[in-house]
Amino acid sequence: MKQLTDLKLKVWRQAGPEVDGYFESHTVDKVSDEASFLEMLDQLNERLIGEGKEAVVFDHDCREGICGTCSLMINGQAHGPQRATTTCQLHMRTFKSGDEIVIEPWRAAAFPIIKDLMVDRSSFDRIVEAGGFITAPTGGAPDANLILVPKPVADAAMDSAACIGCGACVAACPNGAASLFTGAKISHLNVLPQGQSERYKRAEAMVHAMDDQFGSCTNHGECSAACPKEISLDVIALMNSDFRKSKSKNRKALSRG
Amino acid sequence: MSTVLNAKVPAGALRDKWDNYKADAKLVNPNNKRKFKVIVVGTGLAGASAAATLAELGYQVDAFTFHDSARRAHSIAAQGGINAAKNYQGDGDSINRLFVDTIKGGDFRSRESNVHRLAQVSVDIIDQMVAQGVPFAREYGGMLDNRSFGGAQVSRTFYARGQTGQQLLLGAYQQLSRQIGLGGVRLFNRTELVDIVVIDGRCGGIVVRDLLTGEITSHAAHAVVMATGGYGNVYFLSTNAMNCNVTAAWRAHRRGAMFANPSFTQIHPTCIPQSDESQSKLTLMSESLRNDGRVWVPKNADDSRPAGQIPENERDYYLERLYPSYGNLAARDVSSRAAKRLVDKGHGVGPLKNGVNLDFSAAIARLGRKVVEERYGNLFQMYERIAGEDPYSTPMRIYPATHYTMGGLWVDYELGTTIPGLYAAGEANFSDHGANRLGASALMQGLADGYFVLPYTISNGLAPLLNKPVPSTDHPAFVQAETEARERFGAYLDIKGTRSPDWFHRELGKIIWDYCGMERTQQGLEKALSELPALYAEFKKDLRVTGSGENVNQTLEKAGRVDDFFQLGMLMCRDALDRQESCGAHFRSEYQTDDGEALRDDENFCHVSAYDWTGDPMAAELVKEPLVYETAHLATRSYK
Repeated sequence: MKQLTDLKLKVWRQAGPEVDGYFESHTVDKVSDEASFLEMLDQLNERLIGEGKEAVVFDHDCREGICGTCSLMINGQAHGPQRATTTCQLHMRTFKSGDEIVIEPWRAAAFPIIKDLMVDRSSFDRIVEAGGFITAPTGGAPDANLILVPKPVADAAMDSAACIGCGACVAACPNGAASLFTGAKISHLNVLPQGQSERYKRAEAMVHAMDDQFGSCTNHGECSAACPKEISLDVIALMNSDFRKSKSKNRKALSRG
Repeated sequence: MSTVLNAKVPAGALRDKWDNYKADAKLVNPNNKRKFKVIVVGTGLAGASAAATLAELGYQVDAFTFHDSARRAHSIAAQGGINAAKNYQGDGDSINRLFVDTIKGGDFRSRESNVHRLAQVSVDIIDQMVAQGVPFAREYGGMLDNRSFGGAQVSRTFYARGQTGQQLLLGAYQQLSRQIGLGGVRLFNRTELVDIVVIDGRCGGIVVRDLLTGEITSHAAHAVVMATGGYGNVYFLSTNAMNCNVTAAWRAHRRGAMFANPSFTQIHPTCIPQSDESQSKLTLMSESLRNDGRVWVPKNADDSRPAGQIPENERDYYLERLYPSYGNLAARDVSSRAAKRLVDKGHGVGPLKNGVNLDFSAAIARLGRKVVEERYGNLFQMYERIAGEDPYSTPMRIYPATHYTMGGLWVDYELGTTIPGLYAAGEANFSDHGANRLGASALMQGLADGYFVLPYTISNGLAPLLNKPVPSTDHPAFVQAETEARERFGAYLDIKGTRSPDWFHRELGKIIWDYCGMERTQQGLEKALSELPALYAEFKKDLRVTGSGENVNQTLEKAGRVDDFFQLGMLMCRDALDRQESCGAHFRSEYQTDDGEALRDDENFCHVSAYDWTGDPMAAELVKEPLVYETAHLATRSYK
């Protein structure tokens, strides 16, 4: 175990949604290289409380990369420098003594800042509420093995379903678009046999809910590069294809997929 | 309070009880359902599934979560799988076998009727989740795949890579989202329960705090469901998410809901060992890894060679040696204690010598790297991120950590607490796992409670209340609860001491882990019970919460949760002291067999210990619910 010293943090502080924010500088010493990035922030907060100051607010929960709650821009990169890694799984061994680390909240119009590094991502929930589900009320389901799902299809659905809804894709996108998130949810459900009945209605409703809140996609690909779960850009192609079909008047063709 | 617990177990043979219950249960006419308001607190598997299903039935549902989104609940972190008695593998599984395995796994400290119902509805859960689009692992022909888990000799565990909890929660979250979109459920996010309100002996609603504004408000309902998870974070270091806490359950306890078996806390055998003092939480490595990983330590204590340099004949594959028939898949408590003993004797591995090896080299040689990667790829990646070592080439290092709490709010067969109108589901209740939970059974229980039990039992409870309005939130009981909550949060801010809530939490956790963790003794528990009140008094005198109560203040939130953990911790130690036997995860060193296994005392302790609040956790009143085994035979649990 080694210790890092003289880490120069520039942390975004903002008292509330309606007030201006600013960068606050702190130097942090004696950080174990085994510590996670958030444990380094815990250490800073303990010190701030000790000094009678308010702790830096940031969202976090599971600290094992699955809940999608943590959300920091670290040196301009969503979730920091390590590929396929959430902020909570980023460890201080990635940094070295004397490093300057700039910590900001997600930057996107659709994710307004609540306080300091905490943002409001409920716009994602609105997209799911619009159609990100299979209508299957409790009680009427047939035996699970009656619906055969070929392994490659189940695997493809799972690849998309691995999305943790953290919002890094939106934060990384120069347009603040949510195509990767929306495409992932649509692809998860639209490739499965169970998802076919509502396939085009789902794509249409979710894309509209997305467009109401987020910027437009111009295929930069920053989203996929920032995604801690490495969701592929392919999901956007599938979303666009299904959205286009949903607009077709030819319902007979629609019924054939 | 009455001191006799009525579990309301229906009449009839064990296998008929649930059918008999449903046949006799009162129903609410579809047109009348919308006249009832139900509150669901928590949006994990149990909460989201209950809220969605109740809304589908037509009840007005208000759901509450302290997260920013319902999808963040800690169910999401479950890795390995979900059990169901489908017998798709044709390997001899049945409802009865799942029932017996669960009763035995719980070391005969759970209620037969509840466990049997759980095994019965387990098959419906898989059907429901597949219909919702959960991408479970499949065979090439398209049928569902299974794997096996600790404490079972059949393959009945359904899984979605190493992210089963995530996929099931997303399924329930999607169903909940559909109801939110349709207006059937109103969701209050970033809102924390701070009290429940009892009016005329019945739960009338809840008092909550808006975590963004600090505003405290009241919400009335005909019935309230607590699906608020477990309290493993009382240990400070656990595999629970940082925000998991006991506050909702504890506040209900303080208003009259009995708290059962608080000392039954599960230590999971396969977690990544602590690496340093600043660590904030421990990470679980799914038990499913024990299907293919072999657990070993060096035969010679203080052997500090790297794993690869220790020859085969100098390794002790101790689980295979001690428990030949279950081997690396022995039940959780048994595996955990075996690891602790070897580490205590100096056989530990890693820089701090605080772990044991979980070795995949045999599996990689047998199956090839690609198959291993397919089965456990994301877990290996997670390990690599945290430990900085590649588990394909060196064994993982693992050690037990607090993971799940079997204890919780006491509930009857209907999942009703001792406060009429207040229900508890999922990990928040005590009902199905006795003194030890088997792997892949928590997801099963959460969804069973939410999808297939509560919708029936709540209707039965609501039917007699037809056309009775919910209590007014101007009722003095609501006003008083609001005032008390405001005063409580104000008081934390006013102490202006020197120590942060986290500091106290860490100290509290050390005491509970040392004396009420994997092994307990009378002497240790008595020591804990003398130290805890002193530390709690210190907390009340020397706490420092900076900032204000009028906007987001995570330090203030934490203070409230640590306060409740203190009170719970005292009750846990009291319960562990009182239970003078070893059973499941509760291991009292004084009560063990010659070869170190748990020694149960069925004559004196074959009961549920429920505690009634008296104003002081050190003086809670113990009420016993005797456990009667009509079908399962009380036997010494053996995994040998």
